[in-house]
Amino acid sequence: MKQIKHHLTEPLLIGYAAGTLPEAFNLVVATHITMCDSCRAALAEYEAVGGEIMLGNDPVDVAEDALAATLALIDNGSYVEPSKPARAKNSVFPGPLQEYVNGDIHSLKWRKVGGGVSQLVLQTSDDASVRLLRIPAGTAVPDHGHQGTELTLVLQGAFIDEEDRFAAGDVEVANQDLNHTPVAENGVDCICLAATDAPLRFNGFMPRLAQRFIGI
Amino acid sequence: MFIETNSLTKVDAPVDAAAYGRVQGNSTLGTRARKVTPEATEKRMAWVVQINAVRDSKDRAAFAELFGYFAPRVKSFLMKSGASPDLAEECTQEVMATLWNKAHMFDPAKASVSTWIFTIARNRKIDLLRKQRRPEPEDLTWGPEAEPDQADIMGLQQETEQLGAAMAKLPPEQRLLIQRAYFGELSHSEIAAETGLPLGTIKSRIRLALDRLRHAMK
Repeated sequence: MKQIKHHLTEPLLIGYAAGTLPEAFNLVVATHITMCDSCRAALAEYEAVGGEIMLGNDPVDVAEDALAATLALIDNGSYVEPSKPARAKNSVFPGPLQEYVNGDIHSLKWRKVGGGVSQLVLQTSDDASVRLLRIPAGTAVPDHGHQGTELTLVLQGAFIDEEDRFAAGDVEVANQDLNHTPVAENGVDCICLAATDAPLRFNGFMPRLAQRFIGI
Repeated sequence: MFIETNSLTKVDAPVDAAAYGRVQGNSTLGTRARKVTPEATEKRMAWVVQINAVRDSKDRAAFAELFGYFAPRVKSFLMKSGASPDLAEECTQEVMATLWNKAHMFDPAKASVSTWIFTIARNRKIDLLRKQRRPEPEDLTWGPEAEPDQADIMGLQQETEQLGAAMAKLPPEQRLLIQRAYFGELSHSEIAAETGLPLGTIKSRIRLALDRLRHAMK
């Protein structure tokens, strides 16, 4: 197991456990947890908290025939939770991500966003957005700040910014206080999964102009 | 993936929910273990036995017991999370049907019954209320050698009971904040501060189980 240094925060674990996060954030959380035992254990703890909150609620009466109706659902098999598709092993994309990405790194339809960086926006509900970023080794992503929350999970390679070094499995949780310029380390291209609940704010004039065209 | 646990024997009455609502103004919670009554643990072990009875013999009486206790609480959680009474009712019935259909997936050494049902309700809430796809972590392959230990099962139920008791003793405003976070009433930044949740009660066992798994896989 690789040593993961940067983990999910408590609000994200609570949000995932409670099912209150935007889909884009859920994807980053589920992908990180697939890579990280420590956060997997932490999630189990926050789910246990959810169970105890559920038990502590004042119960609400169910319909008089609820039990019979449920047994009927069971008997006629009209409600069966959909099962998960099989997932490929040894992909750069951990299981949850494979359901959003068709293909491997080289066959994807990357779109250039300037400075050698390319992206692939994934389809999720529109309360937040999530994209794959491919940052060539040694290249910087334009300096940008955040209006909301931005999660960046490294899938391959590593980047360094004003905060620290982030390698495969590490997740950086950035808010409006952080302006940073991530630079991909030399070696392999850095592939990240990045989600945000607000548009990124680039600080230079040119990137901001470009932002209008590339939609980040 | 799942583990056979046929050897459970303890059966008892359902839990008194009022115990969770009591406030006792004690905020010094940490990793310190807390005494829980044997009865409370037995109630939780009884739920485990009931789920196994559903799994092994499609036991409708056991299912009715679980339904009677959990369905009103699932419905309450869904309504507090924003579902209309009608939608919450529909969703609750589907959650309980899922409990029946997936009883073979339940592993009492990895989760307590309350935790497991909560996650089913949470998932159904995302599907039905939020109408979103639901990315999930890849399952771990726990492997066939991981025989569930009766002591582990009992220990986890006990620790979950301790967690519930510790949460009931949080100061009211702190407890309310945590509840609001779980009902989706707080934004990400509003819960950015540490919530002071008494997680120490269950932490060790869940982490221990993962450590053992990783060790076994080496």
